Amino acid sequence: MNIVICIKYVPDAQADLTFSESDNTTDRLGVEGLLSELDEYAIEAGLKLVEGAVGPDGAASTVTVLTVGPDRAADAIKKALQMGANAGVHVNDEAIHGSDAVATSLILAQAIKKIGIPDLVLTGMASTDGAMGVVPAMLAERLGLPQVTLASEVTVEGETVTIRRDGDLASETITASLPALVSVTDQINEPRYPSFKGIMAAKKKPVETWSLADLGVDAALVGLGAAWTTVESFAKRPPRVKGQIVTDEGEGGTRLAEFLTAQKFA
Amino acid sequence: MTPVPVGPLELLGIDHLLSDEERAVQQSVRRLVDDSIRPRIAQWYEDGTFPAEMALTFGRLGLLGMHLEGYGCAGMSAVAYGLACLELEAGDTGARSFVSVQGSLAMFAIHRWGSQEQKQQWLPRMAAGELIGCFGLTEPDFGSDPAGMRTRARRDGQDWVLDGTKMWITNGSIADVAVVWAGTDAGIQGFLVPTDNPGFTANKIPGKLSLRASVTSELVLEGVRLPADAVLPGIQSLRGPLSCLDEARFGIVFGALGAARDCLEIALDYSRSREVFNRPIGGYQLTQQKLADMTLELQKGFLLALHLGRLKDAGRLEPRQISLGKLNNAREAMAIARQCRTILGANGITLEYSVLRHANNLESVLTYEGTAEMHTLVIGQALTGLSAFS
Ligand SMILES: Cc1cc2nc3c(=O)[nH]c(=O)nc-3n(C[C@H](O)[C@H](O)[C@H](O)COP(=O)(O)OP(=O)(O)OC[C@H]3O[C@@H](n4cnc5c(N)ncnc54)[C@H](O)[C@@H]3O)c2cc1C
Repeated sequence: MNIVICIKYVPDAQADLTFSESDNTTDRLGVEGLLSELDEYAIEAGLKLVEGAVGPDGAASTVTVLTVGPDRAADAIKKALQMGANAGVHVNDEAIHGSDAVATSLILAQAIKKIGIPDLVLTGMASTDGAMGVVPAMLAERLGLPQVTLASEVTVEGETVTIRRDGDLASETITASLPALVSVTDQINEPRYPSFKGIMAAKKKPVETWSLADLGVDAALVGLGAAWTTVESFAKRPPRVKGQIVTDEGEGGTRLAEFLTAQKFA
Repeated sequence: MTPVPVGPLELLGIDHLLSDEERAVQQSVRRLVDDSIRPRIAQWYEDGTFPAEMALTFGRLGLLGMHLEGYGCAGMSAVAYGLACLELEAGDTGARSFVSVQGSLAMFAIHRWGSQEQKQQWLPRMAAGELIGCFGLTEPDFGSDPAGMRTRARRDGQDWVLDGTKMWITNGSIADVAVVWAGTDAGIQGFLVPTDNPGFTANKIPGKLSLRASVTSELVLEGVRLPADAVLPGIQSLRGPLSCLDEARFGIVFGALGAARDCLEIALDYSRSREVFNRPIGGYQLTQQKLADMTLELQKGFLLALHLGRLKDAGRLEPRQISLGKLNNAREAMAIARQCRTILGANGITLEYSVLRHANNLESVLTYEGTAEMHTLVIGQALTGLSAFS
């Protein structure tokens, strides 16, 4: 079984995040970045699927991780290789800066075609920085693959992938024929952390770097200029104010109810 | 506006002195500590135990014998090993001691001085954590002066027969194999003793007030009969056990700082949130003096450890340089842990916070692997050319 996992390098959510003054895009220079935590679940799911699987022809499975991002996005690939992925592809081009989800899905789709359509494309449910969660659907559409999204469980049997999607009231079981695209939630597994052997082995794993030209993508279709939305302005969130402590002197419940009503929570 | 506070090791930008690989090792060990040690350590400490199953958790990550080559070991650098020790000891000295004893004492002894067959037989399963090793050098009457040991191994036909008592042996009661050092007609030799061998008993030492989350035992050897191939063929002198101690000591140079860092992080956090006389205690100059001084020592200690690690990776580290590192970092870590304890006030004396647990643990760290006094004498001898040992 061959799997391609789309992963993103994002600014560390622990850091003081901001936008760049010059073009109102996410400021990636000032803060440390890392592999989006939500993508770790997709990597874990992919690794689990191939660990259990032996192809009918006995062929080895390959897990390839794919990222679109600046130079430092190589760190996200490295982390995925340390976790156990076999190979990495990094699409890196100046013209990509400021791309929106539409453009990103175009680049990912072209890259996946160049890798060769795998049995399964896996993604996280959203990135931890943009948090739009639309790339998986756009990507499936561009590749013409069935999309089964927000999986809390995924299994592959023969030519069929089955997922469980947990809703508030019910869990749905959905199947699709391979090849397919599956996005996974943060409930699906507990991502592993790299073992020392994984860290050592990652140094020898192949990583390819492709430009837009390598993919035959017209630079005019991507980047800030082509984006369908723009950030016009941004402002810092006001500092958090100190909480209000209600000391219960017999009428604590009433005071709480008053507070909730005043805040329009009730 | 007040700037965002920085961590005690971030102030110096120490991260940038490490390679990607070293940082990856550090992160993985930190995850393991957060997931498997922090939630349970207070209970282990209170109960006076360290669960043997942790060996498998350590083995899966690759911690056991991580700096050794081959036989299922990860073959990582000395600096990576040091950082792993630091992160483990930030959890608890007991966890770091377990890994030190398994990898740097028991496994290293076999890797360095053992035969091909002995390595094949023991190392892969010890690396995986399926088998636990211990290292018996110290005796009730011989700690700082191991040359005086009374444990003897004598030949009986092809066999060896061992008699004697070893004391303060980490992991003794949970070990599958003991590396026991004994006097022979040839000098001092190491023996691989399966702990289910008749004549071998291990008694857990009760009532410890330090390193409680670690099993420490007395080993009693009464006519323990071993086949000829149980002896480590590579060494017949005190240099055997001392070479192992150098490995483990190197890990302590880093490890002790982990305990100190954990204390300092907790004290920093506490000093920002605890309000006394209507202000956070971290806002008072006396507290800031403590925090600044501790941060200085922690950073200096780290730079020293890293320097020694780079020397070790270059194959140029001398034992007396390890003495320097062990003496300084164990001593300063202890001072930091105690100082942090004062910042936490009464909360500092409980198991709910780690500071006094670390301070108590560091009492053992100051003593084992060569006492602070012994390392002082090593440095004194290096400086004067005069031995003050005896
Ligand atoms: C928790 C724990 C775990 C341990 N694990 C192991 C283990 O796994 N394997 C193992 O073999 N050992 C182990 N040890 C033993 C440890 O290495 C010894 O305790 C240590 O070497 C000191 O020996 P001692 O306790 O006999 O002290 P002693 O040698 O009796 O020393 C007592 C005091 O006298 C001082 N002193 C001694 N000689 C001199 C001198 N010439 N000049 C000045 N001062 C001197 C010492 O520095 C010390 O302060 C462990 C100890 C502890 C506490």
